[in-house]
Parts: sequence; structure tokens; C-alpha cells
Amino acid sequence: MSSTEIDRQWTTRLRHRLTRRLPPEKVLPDTQPAYVASWIYVFGVTTLSALGVVILSGFILALKGPQWWHVSGVGHFVNSLHLWSVEIFFFAMVIHLWSKYFMAAWRGGRSLTWVTGVVTFLVSIATAFTGYVSQTNFDSQWISTQAKDGINSTGVGSFFNVLNFGQMLMWHIVLLPLVAVLLTALHVVMVRAKGVVPPFEDKPSEEKLLREKEEAR
Amino acid sequence: MSESPDVKVAPWTGPQRPYDILKEGTIALVVVAILTIGLAIVFSSPDDPQVTVQQWSTKAPIDFAQTALSELNGTSGTAQYGAPYNTASPGQKLGPFTLAKWLGATIPVNTVRDFVIDPLTDQPPTPTLSAALAQWKGAGAGQRTAWLDAYTKASSKMTFANGTVSVPTTAAGPVPVMINSLEQMARSGALDQALVTQSGFYTSNYTLPLLFLADGSYLGDLAQQRHLLGSQWGMMNETGSYPGQAWLWLYTFWYQIPPFSTSTNADVEVSAVMALLSVLLLLVPFIPGLRSIPRWTRVYRLIWRDHYRSQSA
Repeated sequence: MSSTEIDRQWTTRLRHRLTRRLPPEKVLPDTQPAYVASWIYVFGVTTLSALGVVILSGFILALKGPQWWHVSGVGHFVNSLHLWSVEIFFFAMVIHLWSKYFMAAWRGGRSLTWVTGVVTFLVSIATAFTGYVSQTNFDSQWISTQAKDGINSTGVGSFFNVLNFGQMLMWHIVLLPLVAVLLTALHVVMVRAKGVVPPFEDKPSEEKLLREKEEAR
Repeated sequence: MSESPDVKVAPWTGPQRPYDILKEGTIALVVVAILTIGLAIVFSSPDDPQVTVQQWSTKAPIDFAQTALSELNGTSGTAQYGAPYNTASPGQKLGPFTLAKWLGATIPVNTVRDFVIDPLTDQPPTPTLSAALAQWKGAGAGQRTAWLDAYTKASSKMTFANGTVSVPTTAAGPVPVMINSLEQMARSGALDQALVTQSGFYTSNYTLPLLFLADGSYLGDLAQQRHLLGSQWGMMNETGSYPGQAWLWLYTFWYQIPPFSTSTNADVEVSAVMALLSVLLLLVPFIPGLRSIPRWTRVYRLIWRDHYRSQSA
């Protein structure tokens, strides 16, 4: 078999492309630009960590079924973990989003990173909403009967019935989390591939220019 | 690529600093886990019990009977809803568009059949109820309307005593027996089951009982006591003093202000506004002006203050 033939294989081409775009030092970096030195950067990894706790607590709730947390003290505690990790997740995600906005983090060919982040935010809202209407308690009864009017008015209610507990639970524990996790993974890969956006190149101040002139003399 | 500083940025060639991504991720996960456990221990989570039709008919028997009547005479919220439940109304309009109507009644609900006749028919038969149902089923539309009109007119004087709903009329045919039988069925808990098992033994679809509950005042009264009405920032809240879906604040906000707060098409209009805002947020990197706000506001100077300080040093 010739090396040309191997190089033309789909697998080889994909591997070359991946290693070119995502070399190991980008996937698992041990240095980063000096400007990445603000507490605001913490909120990205906080969002990811909260997502991890959301998924873990959701797994435990899924193991025991949707009624468990109403009849078990342990179940209620796990539900509380699920609730508060979701609250932390959104709190961190919203700060992350606005901080990236004010950094104009889409610059330098990072537009798709921004787009995947916003879509992940919107999908997360839908995921949380389907969780709220799947609680099988008063909250889910009230929220679903109120939300139906907004959703039905757009026509979406024809295939997304918020009063159908089984359908909402499936969206909540299978479909939407799958999309949210895949989008999050894609978002993180894009961040690693492109790196953290550099600061705006501000024009040097007159004071600095004067100082540089004096130093040059 | 555009030369705009809102689009383009030169790759960083300046200094680097050490960064242990795995250590950062591990610390963040541990801190978030501890914070979550702490919040769960201190604040727990709300779990107000579900409302059943049995509870509703026991605590508010007149409201239940009036709602059952509204399902029969076609004046309930569900009976007059339109798509996706029926064709009774064109639904809300977004300008000239009736989006829900285009998709049709994909979740058909016939309030007379689904909320009253079918549940009563599934009951163990009694001579009185069987006769009333036979009389109803054998009557024409005009006769049924006449009975319902007579009962509706007298329903403002409806009373409930000794487990029985009474209305002072003799011209309502089988309607008093049907309403009273449904009340008894609800109070026994049988209606809760009948409403969810119409499609078989296994079910997870609560569309019918939830619509029935929402047509009455009882559920809304409980929600008002818990500060959950639309005018009280509605569904973004949850019972108790919990943050709820705080991220829906902007969606709920529009319902509180004109023209949405007084519009009969508020739901579809607010949905359209939020869809538009979501698209704008999604496309920020491509929209001149919107993408320049970060540069104009210079908030980034605060975020990268160490970087700019070192540059000017």
C-alpha cells in the first residue's frame, strides 16, 4: 500500500486535520497569554463545573424515577442539589456571556464560538424549563398551565405539549441535555482551538508616546 | 475579513504565563460542589404537593361544578381556546398571522365528551345516571342547548349541601344529574383516574386533567396566594422564596408593561419579541453597531486592566 493511498484515506485526513487544528498543547495547555488574568475568566469554568453537578445529580434522580424525591428525604436532598446546581449554572453562564460580550470575544475568527455559546444558553433555558414542568408537584402544574398559552400561541404547542408529562420528561432528561452537552463540548473545543481573545489594541496614550520619545533621545 | 477592530484582532505574540487547566477545572468542580451542597442543606428545595381534582371538588365544590358546567355549555377557557385543542377560536394573532391556527387542532379536546360524558360513562352505572346519560345522548343539539341554558341561568343560585349540588330549575333535563354525578365522581377521586386513563392503562399524559384544573378558579387562587400569577411575574417564580427561573426575567418583564399588559395577543407578541432579541444576541458578531458597543463602552479596560497597566508602564 502506498503512502499516498494512506494519506487519502478519510481517517488519515481527519486525523491530520484534527492534530493541525487541535495540537496537544492547545487541548491541554500549560501556559496561556499573560492578559488572561482577571477574576471574570472564572465564570466559564464555573459554568462547566455546575453543569457537571447538574448532570450528576440528574443521573441520581433518573436512577430512582420521577416520584422518588417526593417520598424520600435523600431524594429531596438530591433534588435540592439539582436545583441549586442549576441556579449556579445559570448565574455563572449569564456573567460569562456578558463578560464575553464586553470583551468582544468574537474577534479574530471566533464568531462561531460566540454563536455556539448563545445557542447553548438558549438550549439550557429550554432544558431547565422542561425540568420545571416535570416536577410532578404544584409548581409543575401551575407553570405548565401558564406556559402552554405562550407556547401554543406560536404554534409550537402542536408538537411540544407542556401538559404532557411523559413528553416533557423525555425532552428534559434525554433530548435537550444531549444537545446542551454536545454544544458545550463544541464550544470548549472552539475556545481551545482559537485561544482566548486578545485585548483591544488601544492607541498608546500621549503620555506614553512622549515618554517613549524622551527615552529614544 | 473585515478590517474593523470589532472583528479583527492580531494573534497574541506577547508574554505567556503558567496555566494548569486540569488543576483549575478540579478546583472549580470541588468549589461548585461544596457550594451546591451548602445551598441544598441550608435552603432545600420547594415541593408543594400537587393539586388533585378530588381536592379541588372537596375544597371548592361550587367552583368545580361551575367549571363542569362551563365545559358542558362551551364557555370554559379550553372549550373556547382554539388550536391546538379545537377550532373554536382563531387564536392569537401576530399582525395578520394566526400561527397556531395554521397548525390546526393537533391535540383535539372536546370538553363535553372528554371532561363530562366519557368519565360519567366509565362510571359503574346507576339507574339515575344511566337514564340521564341516555336522555342526553338521545337529544338533539337544540334540546341540549335549551337544558344547558336553563341550568346556566339558575347556576348563580347553585348550592352545595350534604354532598349534593343543587340548582333551582326543573327545565334542565338530565344536566343536574350529570353535574351532580361528576361532582360525586370527583370527590371520590375516580375522576382524577378517569381523566388520565382515557387512552389506556399506561399513560404519562396529563393534558386533560391539567386543562380541566386550569379552567376552574381553584388552581389560580392557590397560585395567587403563592404570588405566582402572571401579574406577579408568573411562571419564572416557584413556590416559596426560591429564585425560580430567574433567567426568564426578560420574557416575563414584557407581560408587565404596555402594550403587552393590555393586549389580547400578548403571548404571541412577547414570544415574537423574545425570538427577535434571541436572534440579535446570536448574531451580535455580525451586526455593525451592536458589535461595537464593547469598544465604545470600554468596559474591557476594567477586565484587562493589568494588561493595559503593564502596557503603559
